[in-house]
Amino acid sequence: MAESTTRGIEKVAERAARATPPGMARRFSGLSDKAVAWLFIGPTLVLLLAINIFPLIWTVYLSFTNYKANRAARGYEFIGLRNYERVLTDSDIWQTLQVTAHFLIWTMTLQVILGFALAWLINKQFKGHGFWTTIILLPMMLSPAVVGNFWTFLYQPQIGLFNYVIAFFGGIEPSSFQMLGDVNLAPWAIVIVDTWMWTPYIMLICLAGLRSIPDYIYEAAEVDRASKWRQFWSITLPMVLPFLMLAVLFRVIENFKMFDLVVELTSGGPGSITELASINLKREAFEKWRTGYSSAFAIILFVTVFGVANIYVKALNKVKQR
Amino acid sequence: MKKVLALATAVSAAAFAFAGPVDEAQAQSKELTLCWAAWDPANALVELSKDFTAQSGIDMKFEFVPWPNFADRMLNELNSGGKLCDLLIGDSQWIGGSAENGHYVKLNAFFDKEDISMDNFLPATVYAYSTWPKGSPNYWALPAMGDALGWVYRKDWFSRPELQADFKAKHGRDLAPPATWSELKEVAEFFQGREIDGKKVYGAAIFTERGSEGITMGATAALYSWGFEYQNPDKPYDMDGFVNSAAAVEALDFYKDLYKCCTPPGYTDSYMQEGLDAFKSGQVAMMMNWFAFFPGLYKDPVVGGERIGFFVNPGQKVEASTLGGQGISVVAYSDKQEEALEYIKWFAGADVQKKWWSLGGYAVHNAVVQDPGFEASAPFAADFLKAMSGVQDFWQEPAYAELMLAMQKRFHDYVVADQGTAQEAMDKLKEDWVEVFEDEGKL
Repeated sequence: MAESTTRGIEKVAERAARATPPGMARRFSGLSDKAVAWLFIGPTLVLLLAINIFPLIWTVYLSFTNYKANRAARGYEFIGLRNYERVLTDSDIWQTLQVTAHFLIWTMTLQVILGFALAWLINKQFKGHGFWTTIILLPMMLSPAVVGNFWTFLYQPQIGLFNYVIAFFGGIEPSSFQMLGDVNLAPWAIVIVDTWMWTPYIMLICLAGLRSIPDYIYEAAEVDRASKWRQFWSITLPMVLPFLMLAVLFRVIENFKMFDLVVELTSGGPGSITELASINLKREAFEKWRTGYSSAFAIILFVTVFGVANIYVKALNKVKQR
Repeated sequence: MKKVLALATAVSAAAFAFAGPVDEAQAQSKELTLCWAAWDPANALVELSKDFTAQSGIDMKFEFVPWPNFADRMLNELNSGGKLCDLLIGDSQWIGGSAENGHYVKLNAFFDKEDISMDNFLPATVYAYSTWPKGSPNYWALPAMGDALGWVYRKDWFSRPELQADFKAKHGRDLAPPATWSELKEVAEFFQGREIDGKKVYGAAIFTERGSEGITMGATAALYSWGFEYQNPDKPYDMDGFVNSAAAVEALDFYKDLYKCCTPPGYTDSYMQEGLDAFKSGQVAMMMNWFAFFPGLYKDPVVGGERIGFFVNPGQKVEASTLGGQGISVVAYSDKQEEALEYIKWFAGADVQKKWWSLGGYAVHNAVVQDPGFEASAPFAADFLKAMSGVQDFWQEPAYAELMLAMQKRFHDYVVADQGTAQEAMDKLKEDWVEVFEDEGKL
């Protein structure tokens, strides 16, 4: 089997060599494999450096200055760690981080529970499960701006469907509460919309995990007379866990950067009740034009996400090795 | 095959033959791009500018941006040295930054050369829309569109005998356009939740928007009437005891009470358009909005005409109104400054200004506003003049955006989100502004 595969690869290589124009072959003939490899990855590396690494280094540099992008002609001064000190002692920044933490914790909790439950149901392969899978996946295929816009209408106190549904079941006036304008309800309003939109994503990855569990493991468990509950805790959950953790990692990183959906829904309001860190960062950087200050804030956020993600990936690897 | 080749050759020859003249024609045709906000007066300006094209042969292109994104979009354009706009009708608060950062062309020499006198325009508008440093004879814009915050009310509801009787029994006076904010609140409370023509209505639509400038423009309408001052008149940038004065705190408290008692449900992030929607759909008895919208409202087939009336921003301790409006400037990055200046010269003409007013634009040229028939020319004209005589504007400093966003946050936090007290809001605002001016090196 291995021998036939090797022969197949050789044939493909021969065909590729024959198809290479003689001019090009002459040009590459004097190059080592390493040089050719560099030739291929070089353009990508240059692009990566230009649009990812350089801006990052430049942002670090700006974070030590009082530079304002809208006042470039005025020049700037190095102010050491002053921006970092101001960010870390700014009570408004801490409030936005609290808002972000609330948003992250609740969206993740709800999405994991609902996503896993839906995947488990869909995995039962009931009649019409394909149709329902498609329906469930629809929200995550929409643009966040569209979702934000139509949920704004759903939440409208006088004509919104959401209010009417709650009023119908709760026996209250539809306009007696406002999801987006009430200080206590607005943080939950954005959690609900994000959960509605992204639970399918968690479901999809969990479904892949569930389908990767071989049937013979359950059959062996049946032979050992393990209960369904025991099978769930000892087989299903441990084997799906790496998938679930990966999905959570992606969603945490995404939700830490959440901007468009919440801006469409509340613009960070009422007051600053739903002002996530990313919304505050955008205001500081591109509305107030405090470039140095916002660079420091961006670096702090970046280091936080990078650090948390690294710890998480290590935990994920441990789970996979078990 | 020969036929195909012959045809292709003929087509190519024809293309070459016509290419020269077309290119020349394109080179000769001149075009200017004027940037402004997307609202009713912009449509009137499109109509007006057709005369300029007919007279000068210069085509006009327009770039109109909705108000909530207008500042963001245009300030980004200016900050990046963009060439999108040759002419910009920018907000009054941008003038300090645009002058100091070199975004606008200084117009003094041009005005002298073309004999355009700023004495021909309402003094308040010249001060607010054209000068930087404030009040100095350094002109960066020509007053283009006068505007102030005013009010519109449902005259047809106010005149109903049963409502009149009910209101008189309750308050001992006629149900009429309010002269003070206290009266305005009483009227708003009177209408709040009342059923009119089988429909539940609400008291007033006021500005509560968080993202751009909405709640600042609305709340300062109350603050100015309580005598609010941004700084010590004798000591610039000295704000303690002014920004957070007892009168300012009382006014902000009042604005919150008005918001809580008398606005429609869900009215937590509302500016011009949301106010217009609420008023046009018959939800509210009164609406705060810019005079710029009043010509359009008066023409509205459903709620316009004699069904509505207008009144100037009520006083409380003093008579004052929030300033709106803009001046027209030449963008320093434009390659067509000559043509842009030609447009300004044309626009400054008395006849053009008269037509501008007749089309729905608020001309502030003396030839228009000092005309004996001006006050009777529209039902809101007299109120407009009265408002313009007592307008106050927000900071016009280069750091305007930082100052504005601080006020937006502190006001929205207190008025809509119930965070802290009015005194705390004004104290924090003063601290924010002190920090901004310290960064600016002005404190």
